[in-house]
Amino acid sequence: MSYPSDYKYSKDHEYVNVVDDTFGIVGITDHAQEQLGDVVFVELPEVGKKLEKGDVFGVVESVKAVVDCYMPVTGEIVAVNEELESQAELVNSDPHSNGWMIKIKIEDLSELDQLMDKAAYENYLQEQ
Amino acid sequence: MHYIPMTEEERRQMLKTVGATEISELFEDIPESYRLKQLLKLPEPMSEWDVLCHLKKLAEKNEPFDKTPCFLGGGSYRHCIPSVVPALIGRGEFVTAYTPYQPEISQGTLQALFEYQTMITQLTGMPIANASLYDGAMAVAEAVLMAQRVAKKPKFAISKALTPGYRTTIETYARHQNVILIDLPLNQDGSTDIAYLQSPDANDLAAVVIQSPNYFGVIEDIETIGLLKQNTGCLLITVINEMISLGILKPPGELRADIVCGDAQSLGLPVSYGGPYLGFFTVRESALRQMPGRVVGMTVDTEGRQGFVNTLSTREQHIRREKATSNICTNQALCAITAAAFMATLGKQGLRELALLNVKKAAYLKSKIASLDGFDIRFSGPTFNEFTVSVPGSVKKLNEYLLNNGVIGGIDASDQFPEYGNIMLVCATETNTREQLDQFVKLLAAYGRECF
Amino acid sequence: MTAKTQFPGTSGLTLEEPLMFEKSIKDRKGYSLPDDDLPELNNDSLLPAKYVRDEISGMPELSELDVVRHFTRLSTWNYSIDHGFYPLGSCTMKYNPKINEVTAGLCGFTHLHPLTPASAAQGALEIMYRLEKYLSEISGLSAVTLQPSAGAQGELTGMLMIKAFHQSRTDSNRNIVLIPDSAHGTNPASSVIAGLTTRTLASGPDGCLDIEALTPHLNGNLAALMMTNPNTLGIFEKKAVEITKLVHDCGGLVYMDGANLNALMGIVKPGDLGVDVLHINLHKTFATPHGGGGPGSGPVAVTKTLEPFLPAPSIKIDPKGFYYFDWHRPLSIGKVHNFWGNFGVMIKAYTYIRSLGAEGIRKVSEAAVLNANYMKERLKPYFHIAYDKLCKHECIFDDSFQHQHDVSTMDIAKRLMDYGFHPPTVYFPLIVKGALMIEPTESESKDTLDQFIDAMIAISEEAKTNPERVKDSPTLPKLKRLDETKAARQTVLKWIPKSTPNA
Repeated sequence: MSYPSDYKYSKDHEYVNVVDDTFGIVGITDHAQEQLGDVVFVELPEVGKKLEKGDVFGVVESVKAVVDCYMPVTGEIVAVNEELESQAELVNSDPHSNGWMIKIKIEDLSELDQLMDKAAYENYLQEQ
Repeated sequence: MHYIPMTEEERRQMLKTVGATEISELFEDIPESYRLKQLLKLPEPMSEWDVLCHLKKLAEKNEPFDKTPCFLGGGSYRHCIPSVVPALIGRGEFVTAYTPYQPEISQGTLQALFEYQTMITQLTGMPIANASLYDGAMAVAEAVLMAQRVAKKPKFAISKALTPGYRTTIETYARHQNVILIDLPLNQDGSTDIAYLQSPDANDLAAVVIQSPNYFGVIEDIETIGLLKQNTGCLLITVINEMISLGILKPPGELRADIVCGDAQSLGLPVSYGGPYLGFFTVRESALRQMPGRVVGMTVDTEGRQGFVNTLSTREQHIRREKATSNICTNQALCAITAAAFMATLGKQGLRELALLNVKKAAYLKSKIASLDGFDIRFSGPTFNEFTVSVPGSVKKLNEYLLNNGVIGGIDASDQFPEYGNIMLVCATETNTREQLDQFVKLLAAYGRECF
Repeated sequence: MTAKTQFPGTSGLTLEEPLMFEKSIKDRKGYSLPDDDLPELNNDSLLPAKYVRDEISGMPELSELDVVRHFTRLSTWNYSIDHGFYPLGSCTMKYNPKINEVTAGLCGFTHLHPLTPASAAQGALEIMYRLEKYLSEISGLSAVTLQPSAGAQGELTGMLMIKAFHQSRTDSNRNIVLIPDSAHGTNPASSVIAGLTTRTLASGPDGCLDIEALTPHLNGNLAALMMTNPNTLGIFEKKAVEITKLVHDCGGLVYMDGANLNALMGIVKPGDLGVDVLHINLHKTFATPHGGGGPGSGPVAVTKTLEPFLPAPSIKIDPKGFYYFDWHRPLSIGKVHNFWGNFGVMIKAYTYIRSLGAEGIRKVSEAAVLNANYMKERLKPYFHIAYDKLCKHECIFDDSFQHQHDVSTMDIAKRLMDYGFHPPTVYFPLIVKGALMIEPTESESKDTLDQFIDAMIAISEEAKTNPERVKDSPTLPKLKRLDETKAARQTVLKWIPKSTPNA
């Protein structure tokens, strides 16, 4: 699966897709889902909650592993992907689109500059 | 030592393979000065026959209830166990298997546990049961810890009529978990006074913990408590340690309980001087991922055939480590399967008949004792198979008198609950014949006469 | 599979059997209750109507023979020690002697109520008292509680005592527990309930405790180090004494996870090595059966200093030889069980120790260690070994040789079932990628070890020549690989009637 060129990527393997200039759609990358294996459950935060960059916003569980998901940038949760409640497998089948997790209102757009672009992230994966 | 099959010759060959001449070389990584130079101080080994005779002698020093009429309860209930139960569960295939880590070759244990889970939900009226915890005390302690995670509040209102050992175990488990325990006093009739739930203080309650039948044998009005707790927004933890009562009493799951847990020893496990018993634990769907302990789920194999596996393991210590919902690993699986075989044998009608028989035995005894001079039924609330009696003078003395006359009396609860005077908890089950009940009453009457 | 005669295999008489609920027939009965020998009572007046339930919906109605066939058939779908070799690492699946079941089943024990007055329970109390003494002697520690129901509860009990000890000295900053990255998951989970904070210690390059990793933590916040010895790689922690001293010098205590005690009995006493608290798994080391997951029993042994913190009650003997419970324990951490622990399991362990005696106990550990080293040497050419040195009761391989053929540890494990063996522990310890953890125990003969070794060698060969066969295994058990993802995604945790009338 290819990594969308207009997304930003964190070292913890979350992505941010910026929409309408101020909002970010956040999920875990294809690499992250592949490492986890079959995702069976996703725990997401309450809408309205404000979280700092680096805070845990959710938990993804596969059959034999659990990982925390970290905020790539600071922001307020404005929506969560309720589809995942009944169809956690979307994180595996379509991580960068239908498998999104949260929509946030980004507090400081300049924080995005600290994230990687597609090329940098692909390099990062190579090094791992 | 006949449990070690290794012959001298094999030992020699194997040592050669590993490049050693003496077994002691295999322990050279242990600092020499710490290696024992002499044998441990343990008794001489015994042959199988000798050890059996020795254990029989020890067993004979005890007074089991099939030999000496007994009226003890208090979280350990004497019931008849159909012979099929130990015969089936004693099979080596069940007894000598490990935790079903490899489901393909563990379907027997897994299906039986799935059936156990199902029957526990049927009995309690709750949607989900786990595959067992250690005992009732630990199950209730885990319920408190779980309720704290779910409610994210520290305060628990605990009925004073919760079995004292359960209460102490909660304190042990919750000591370092920022939990505040508030005692709910008793009403005149021996049920729990729930006025606190209507006070403003109850607003930040995480849960209320109520046992039914409670320690004093009184059946609690779970329905009313269930309605009240809805107003305060706290969780209701209902504790049951006499599961036979659910053969006839309304299941707490139908009365708005959020967690129903306790001990299911009554379902086919011998009293066995206190263990092994069977901690059971049930929750509602919304709290499934906070539930402690293993749980078995249904699935299919690669060819689509029905099968069972341990599931939702990410809650557990081997994956989540310090963030696990409990530290439990080994549970009481064989006890759970025993309960499954017991419930299967008794079935829908047998469980009800058995429950009714217990109610009758206790009601008969209760009415006889009530008519004795010097003895009173301490609480007026309805009871199942255990009730509280006020006795003349100290219970300790009475129990000594009874034991001298070949009867093991009830629990002396006067030290734990001095505010209720000299009280004895008396339990009568289907194992107590009418002859035993009459003998007990006769002895109490004679003792009563001696006192006055 | 090549030579069918050589291996036990897993094909045979297997009958199908539905869930018991699907066999239920209305009004069928399989029970016989004692007679109602009481005078006529008015049933309606016995309980207030509002407390009485409707029938137990869904509960089956079966004949006695239905129940017998049901559970007998289910039992045939299990693999057990009584069937064959069960080399689960860290689980000590040794033979469970039948005499232990007989002694534990004596009516004088099974029908003894836990609150029976001490004078009518002297035999039970004597067993518990003596078992405590034996475990104390084996561990080299001065006092024992039998109350914990399993190893994890033993850990919790031990860690609570450590916390209570520090608090009793108003040394309450000590909240850190150091746990090696090779430890069982119960170690951190138990520590957290005891109000302690865990820090993971990276193992050294030799797979053992590393003084360099330890040093930064040696300060006033250290409550305890939790170690497993031999560790989960089956290796004796050779710096155990030195490390224990370092921890003690800075005011911390040392907890030893006794899961692997089967390697050390009669050889070395953990107490002599400086350990302060040790839990013992009777269902591993002392031959009591696992029962498909429990019940176990997890006694805890402690030093004299920690004795006051043991759970209440303790068992004492008076000068006249009368055994009794002593409830006066003001510093006790309290109770972890409603009664005294899993007494039925204790009888089995007691019987085992009495059958073996001191020499038998030592021979157990010697044979267990010889068997493990033999296994290691024989399999070394075929499977990669992460830390190749003298092992104790178990040895750890991994799948790196087979990985090049795309065959994983899980595949090897499943293929072993076709050869008639229970697989070893897999993917643990976590510090060995694709770990295969083999613990043969002393109960197994050289023939059995050789059979298993031959099977492993055959699988290593198949991995090269016919990897698909390994990956498609098992083929012989009742079921093939189960879909754990489906089980977790669409959770079905109980039977639901296929058609509910009136619904």
